[in-house]
Amino acid sequence: MKIAVTSEGSTLEAAVDPRFGRCKYFIVVDTDTGAFEAVDNVQNLNAAQGAGIQSAETVVNQGAEAVLTGHCGPKAFRTLSTGEVKIYVGVEGTVREAVEAFKAGKLQASENADVEGHW
Amino acid sequence: MKIAIASGKGGTGKTTVATCLAQVLAETGLRVRYLDCDVEEPNGHLFLHPEIYESKPVTVPVPEVDREKCVGCGLCAKICQYAAIACVKKKVVTFPELCHGCGGCARVCPAGAIREVGRGIGVAETGRSCKIDFAQGCLRVGEAMSPSLIRQVRDIPTGAELDIIDAPPGTSCPAITAIRGADFVLLVTEPTPFGLNDLALALDMVRELDIPRAVVVNRHEDENLSARKFCSERHVQIAAEIPDDRRVAEAYSQGLLPVIALPEYRPYFLDLWANVNKLATGTPGKEPA
Amino acid sequence: MKEIIIISGKGGTGKTSLTGAFAALAENPVLADCDVDAADLHLILKPKILETHDFSGGKQARIEPDKCTGCATCEEVCRFGAIRRIPAKDDISPPFFAVDPVACEGCGVCAWFCIPKAVQFEDALNGHWFVSETRFGCLVHAKLGVAEENSGKLVTLVRNRAKQIAKERNCPYLLVDGSPGIGCPVIASLTGADLVVIVTEPTVSGEHDLARVADLAKHFGIPVAVCVNKADINPGMADRIRVNAEARGLSFAGTVPYDKAVTAAQVAQLTIVEHDRGELGKAVRKVWERVTALADGKDTK
Repeated sequence: MKIAVTSEGSTLEAAVDPRFGRCKYFIVVDTDTGAFEAVDNVQNLNAAQGAGIQSAETVVNQGAEAVLTGHCGPKAFRTLSTGEVKIYVGVEGTVREAVEAFKAGKLQASENADVEGHW
Repeated sequence: MKIAIASGKGGTGKTTVATCLAQVLAETGLRVRYLDCDVEEPNGHLFLHPEIYESKPVTVPVPEVDREKCVGCGLCAKICQYAAIACVKKKVVTFPELCHGCGGCARVCPAGAIREVGRGIGVAETGRSCKIDFAQGCLRVGEAMSPSLIRQVRDIPTGAELDIIDAPPGTSCPAITAIRGADFVLLVTEPTPFGLNDLALALDMVRELDIPRAVVVNRHEDENLSARKFCSERHVQIAAEIPDDRRVAEAYSQGLLPVIALPEYRPYFLDLWANVNKLATGTPGKEPA
Repeated sequence: MKEIIIISGKGGTGKTSLTGAFAALAENPVLADCDVDAADLHLILKPKILETHDFSGGKQARIEPDKCTGCATCEEVCRFGAIRRIPAKDDISPPFFAVDPVACEGCGVCAWFCIPKAVQFEDALNGHWFVSETRFGCLVHAKLGVAEENSGKLVTLVRNRAKQIAKERNCPYLLVDGSPGIGCPVIASLTGADLVVIVTEPTVSGEHDLARVADLAKHFGIPVAVCVNKADINPGMADRIRVNAEARGLSFAGTVPYDKAVTAAQVAQLTIVEHDRGELGKAVRKVWERVTALADGKDTK
């Protein structure tokens, strides 16, 4: 399956970006093959409003079934849930470590947004 | 006639000038209405103590999607500039708090699946305070769409001869919305570096809107001529200078109108009104730039 | 790094003067002026501008006159009264249409529906933002163009850049001069901050607006400290504000007396603590000590 990890850089060694809507990159990883692609999120990083919503649309359009990130606000959460994407918050370390933790079943999907909406 | 009382900087005495002017003119027999368009922080009621006759919820139109009819084409999400509507996996999600009410989504929907419904953003109230007609808008806390509410308060019909609009401070959307359509703008300032810096910005805004204007210098001190110098350099008339007086600040702090607590202040506002009339009829917005 | 936002609800309570004083008292701060409608902090900090950036607050519609066929679709679809009808000179030809840039909300509906595609929908240049150096530390600030709007986005931009600099330079405090009111710009100024300092005054308006802005901070889950400026104008009310604030679970950061030295400091282009070594300066220092204790989580009273 495909999963998206919010990232501060474009490689698997980059740190997980704690922000969802305004993260620098999404690293979209195929957990079966290990192949990955970095998706630049600069447009949403600088959005006036609704960065979380638009980032959520990006993730869904990439075909990801799960998102690993630091925090996720209510609007992004709703959009991701509607797009049938599972959300894992509180993820830290590098992208590679996050993916490994996910594959090992160490992460637990969130039921709700964990932060207030930001602008 | 509609006069807007505005200021670049907050706390210069905009509400004091607006309410005192309303009070002294109402006493002369003029039918005056005071409109509080500072909907984020409406304070006029604290001084005029109006009896409110009517309180109407104010709404902005936001989309409601009929999931039965929706074909999941995503055009609504594409036209929306405010991220108030998203489309994922052919399903539409709406975020009414981000909606500006442009109506684009309903118009673009090929399936007729979007209907617009009202979302409350605050209230518009009308009433009376002795001889003054009173209207105000009050924005719900946590709400960002103040221009819509201001527009609706500003446009409440009236039988008054004079509308005195208490505009929000600043030079952005809310201030412009309140001032738009006024026949004359009074910019209230104080003779301090902050006050004059913000007056310069407010003057530019009113020039851009091309509305006749004059300045009211509040907390004036005879030995401080900075505001006079500024106004003469910027070719804008001073319609009144209200002296700096701790007693005014103290009356204000208790919610008393200075013209009632300190009747010797009444002539300042009568003169102000005479000057506005002279300027409004004499040189309609045509002083040299 | 702790981010402290100074707001007031009501204007003219001395928010910017206090922010300036905090800038002088804080060790190695980064400063952000988010009161972009009436940015005054630069008047006392005298920044030396290092970087200037264009600011585009959003898109704006513009009608190309030679492509306009005068069909009036734009006028019909615009909800904001931003389309101006310009009658043809000969009374026979159809009218032309133009966009009023001040009234335009940037929704793009006219551009979408324009039949001859005469509406250009492009990024507007609304102002500039700057990174500067001051005698206390780095300042991020902005200036909007005449009658320009959209300060919510600009506030976010200024804050984000300031935050980034504070992290890079390892600065312990980011001080933000917030916007007035309770609307879009102030919401943008305070979401996600560590502490909001509300500067109020003991007047009926000050008390009224404090309640609204405190509700707003609560709505976004941010801790609040209340400071009463010009407290001696009405000592009874100043005390009532303190009692009510504490009853509502807000912290109280102290009081500052009414003093003409505040204006004198402005005229001298100095902060109040640089200008006044007396009671006023002392009171401000005390407030700052309490604010840092609260921001650092050392005081949970």
